Amino acid sequence: MAPPNIRRTGFSKRAQYTNFFGYLAGIAGALLGAAFVIVSIIDPSAFSGLRGLASDAAAPAGRAVAAGRDEGRSFASVVGGFFMSGSRKANLENELEVARVRLAEAQAVAEENRRLKALLGLPQEEIKVVATARLIASTPTSSRRFATLSVGRNAGIDQGMPVRSPLGLVGRVMEVSATTALVLLITDSESTVPVQRARDGIAAFAQGHGDGTMQLRLINLGINPLKPGDVFVTSGAGGLYRPGVAVAVVSQLTSDGAIARVLSDPSASEFVAVDPVFAVSIGVPGAINAAPSAPGGSAQGATGRPKVAP
Amino acid sequence: MVPRVPPQHAAAFPKQINRLHSPFVAQVLPWLSIMLGSFLIGLPLIASAPLLPPLGFLLLIAWRQLRPGLLPVWAGLPLGFFDDLFSGQPFGSAMLLWSVTMIVMEIVEARYPWRSFVTDWLAACLMIAVYLLVGLGFSNVAGGQVPAQFLLPQLLLSVLVFPLAGRLVNWLDALRLIRFRGIS
Repeated sequence: MAPPNIRRTGFSKRAQYTNFFGYLAGIAGALLGAAFVIVSIIDPSAFSGLRGLASDAAAPAGRAVAAGRDEGRSFASVVGGFFMSGSRKANLENELEVARVRLAEAQAVAEENRRLKALLGLPQEEIKVVATARLIASTPTSSRRFATLSVGRNAGIDQGMPVRSPLGLVGRVMEVSATTALVLLITDSESTVPVQRARDGIAAFAQGHGDGTMQLRLINLGINPLKPGDVFVTSGAGGLYRPGVAVAVVSQLTSDGAIARVLSDPSASEFVAVDPVFAVSIGVPGAINAAPSAPGGSAQGATGRPKVAP
Repeated sequence: MVPRVPPQHAAAFPKQINRLHSPFVAQVLPWLSIMLGSFLIGLPLIASAPLLPPLGFLLLIAWRQLRPGLLPVWAGLPLGFFDDLFSGQPFGSAMLLWSVTMIVMEIVEARYPWRSFVTDWLAACLMIAVYLLVGLGFSNVAGGQVPAQFLLPQLLLSVLVFPLAGRLVNWLDALRLIRFRGIS
């Protein structure tokens, strides 16, 4: 049996009008929402001020939780490590042997680089980190990949600055507010990073895939030379990311490139560093100010719509 | 305005001398819980794929199903506005979709007043699926390129979590009627 409708208005004019205007307000709300959607599709940065205010106001909660997140993860890894310690120790010893040799080789290469650069008269590019901060919140319910950085304009953060963790590239700053900044992660489907294979410099674009992996598209098509396990680093093209930051490792080949796993899991990186825009930091005359667009925008990644700084 | 005590919660906070319900708490708690749901879901992890259920939306549906009429029909607009501030979707997406959800639930309830746990859950599943898909459509029109099958884990998780959200709302509904010292 159907339950009685206790909210029937009956003969009361006041109740009838309240009900009716409630419906009207609901429909007006839907129309207003539709208008907001259209505005934010046309001009993605239209509401960035509101978003910035909200994330500034909510930042203390995010900071507290971010600290707790690190504690929780280290506890989980202690418990996991208890069970896995034997086999992991054997693996680590093997890797250490290899890494010692590689380290010696790398030192030799660095020394050679230094001498060659001195020979050519190139300036030594010392890149200073703008700020070190935490990622304090993200958008896990949306299909877009954004994270909130715990510093903003107060620490000198500006649009377009790359964000990286010790393990590799995380993303780039998209919107800045007073004490927080919105970061577009490299796994977002609108983010494109110019990359090259670490070993021999085969150039490609790494685009976010939407499920936490990246799609590598080779620039020179033909026989696909990639192999699972190849590491890709930023190439420095486009002037946004400095060359040599690790980005992703190939996990599965496709016809025009590969699917790659991202090296820096943003949720596993306790602190991230914000670098200056590469072209600005090495003093390219008239350096581009690649201002990326806001959430919902149509940024074409690192190379998209560069604007010449005044 | 003194809120009506639902019979199943009357035993939790029985009538006592000098103890009254607070109209403020009774009215504000549903709104506050939905807003907290929208906000807190972004904190626990830095996600690299759409994974977690849209908690604010689940709580909105659960409150609307448990206490029809407690949230007005236009509640989707302010609550959706708050959700948009933190969700990362194109701004206005939740304002539109939550408003439409409230209107649709009002109409459906008037036509089909029969209710049970299973029908409520099925209706919620349908609404969550449509909500996630249309939300994906908005963000793809605005520039993303995420295929719909990547939403499957999130949809599955949301559907499984919904009854728990219902339990949470039931508990909050009892808490809403907590009595404070006062004179009637």
